[in-house]
Amino acid sequence: MAGQADVTQQTESGSSPGSAPSPVRAFLLNCGSSSLADRTFSTLMLLCALSIFAIVILILYELISGSTLTIQKFGISFFFGSAWDPVNGNFGALPFIYGTVVSSIVSLIIAVPLAVGVAIFLTEMCPEFLRGFLAFFTELLAAIPSVVYGLWAIFVLVPLLRQYVNPFLIQTLGWSGIFTGPNYGFDVLSAGMILSIMILPIISSLTREVISAVPHSQREAVLALGATRWEMIRMGVLRNARIGIVGSVILGLGRALGETMAVTMVIGNRPEISRSLLAPGYSMASVIANEFSEASDSLYLSALIEIGLALFIVTIIVNALARVLVWAVTRGAPVRGT
Amino acid sequence: MASNVVMTPRRARPSNRLWRIFANHLATAAAIGSTILVMAPLIAIFGYLLYKGASSLNLAFFTQVPKPVGELGGGMANSILGSGILLAIASLMGVPIGIAGGIYIAEFGRGKRLANMVRFTADVLNGVPSIVMGIAVYGLIVVPQKHFSALAGGAALGIMMIPTITRTTEEMLLMVPLNVREAALGLGVPNWRSVLSITLRTASPGVITGCMLAFARVAGETAPLLFTAFGNQFWSTSVNEPIAALPLQIYVYALSPYDEWHRLAWAGALVLIVLIVVSVALVRYVAGRGVLKGAS
Repeated sequence: MAGQADVTQQTESGSSPGSAPSPVRAFLLNCGSSSLADRTFSTLMLLCALSIFAIVILILYELISGSTLTIQKFGISFFFGSAWDPVNGNFGALPFIYGTVVSSIVSLIIAVPLAVGVAIFLTEMCPEFLRGFLAFFTELLAAIPSVVYGLWAIFVLVPLLRQYVNPFLIQTLGWSGIFTGPNYGFDVLSAGMILSIMILPIISSLTREVISAVPHSQREAVLALGATRWEMIRMGVLRNARIGIVGSVILGLGRALGETMAVTMVIGNRPEISRSLLAPGYSMASVIANEFSEASDSLYLSALIEIGLALFIVTIIVNALARVLVWAVTRGAPVRGT
Repeated sequence: MASNVVMTPRRARPSNRLWRIFANHLATAAAIGSTILVMAPLIAIFGYLLYKGASSLNLAFFTQVPKPVGELGGGMANSILGSGILLAIASLMGVPIGIAGGIYIAEFGRGKRLANMVRFTADVLNGVPSIVMGIAVYGLIVVPQKHFSALAGGAALGIMMIPTITRTTEEMLLMVPLNVREAALGLGVPNWRSVLSITLRTASPGVITGCMLAFARVAGETAPLLFTAFGNQFWSTSVNEPIAALPLQIYVYALSPYDEWHRLAWAGALVLIVLIVVSVALVRYVAGRGVLKGAS
């Protein structure tokens, strides 16, 4: 492209000096049509694009350099210890990892079937006039800040669960050990519920994208063989889109793992590992949110930053995996090995 | 893939046929049911928010700073201002860099491996938990400065805006037909000028949409502000001081044991949501009647 500008300049200087340049020419001459300007511009754009790499490297550097203290002191056992004792300088991250994983799994169990159902309804069944409206509404669900979800959960969801749902669960499923113990309301189950509401729009909008990418000929072929609409969706659509759907579910998982505010507000914030979903727990993101600005000594701070590092690496891996899967479907071709 | 099912023909027995019709209706009902189930919490959240928020909003909310514990009244004027300042810093940082990154991927790096890597990294960075951004900025700005500041909060939010804006800008620029670019270059317009005033201009409704979406997302973020902007009970407009922010104030008040503060939290949440919904709706309006429809 730089050559283009050179040519322009040459023709300008080569034209006879007698004839006055037309207004268009004069305008073009005055707006810096030099290869220098072009090269500066493209370098500038390149630098801004590279800043994304710089951000990742800076985050990684800050997290690693901030957590050297605990990495050296505890090593890998940091992630298997269940003691969290800032006073005596003994740190283990297992209760937080457990709380994060369990609340995320609960949220996926609730959200995935609903999200896929919504996506199928919106792409395959929904009458035209409702589609835009409903899609806008689910997008709106994604735009609500997590602190507002948390606020709503504290004052509406938790009392609701405590009063109606939890007693029922304890009565009917209490024998399994998953729903036992005192009924606080601020527990892992509440955290999973609010998480599921939050990740639903992400999963459903990506699933919708993937389903729309399935070619129409697939649907027509199955319908032409006499399939009902459900059979068409099952054989023609879901089977072709399954990789992308898995990808969008993993993306939702990534969001659930890193969600901070809403979880912090309802999970109960107690670093204990309990089999029951009705016991208060703690999550990786919420321990950072709660204790970071109170961390008194450098070892405590370092432990919190190491939890952040673990969270960063796990979400990077989960997101990269999900992106590859979603791309594989929406790009219409399998991902190349490059 | 559907073929192996179809390859084994089976005579449709009446019961089989009934079952298939039943399954079809069942699936339809399940899809409709799940849509209703998903809409229910949304309507519940909005309804409750409107009910609680509207009844607690008053003029004092917009004009006064928080009162000490135990005193009635007070507002979040300083938080609204603080959020405005934080978002201004974030936009000043995130919007130019994000758009420039998008321009690079779409205009200069097409098909290059570097551009693909930038795109992928931006996507992955989008999913990084916001609290991790907070820790990183804490180490980068707060520790050297030795105190919390509005600058650090704005930087944390700005970093979060960059990947989103980069991706949407790229997607929008790719929708601009090649002819437009060729026409500009054919007239002797230098490349940088063609990119800025032809391609970017044509795609501007979409690019603005992307910026507003990033803005709306960042406006409600609390986690990265906890230990960067930190919050402030008083008026502060200095970028070097801790500053109040609407989401932070909502968080603090929601966890407090006082009814009066709960009331203020609901009012704050309503103001925040209205801000976000208005920007999203504006975006849809702009994007809906966009120039792009005619161009692509």
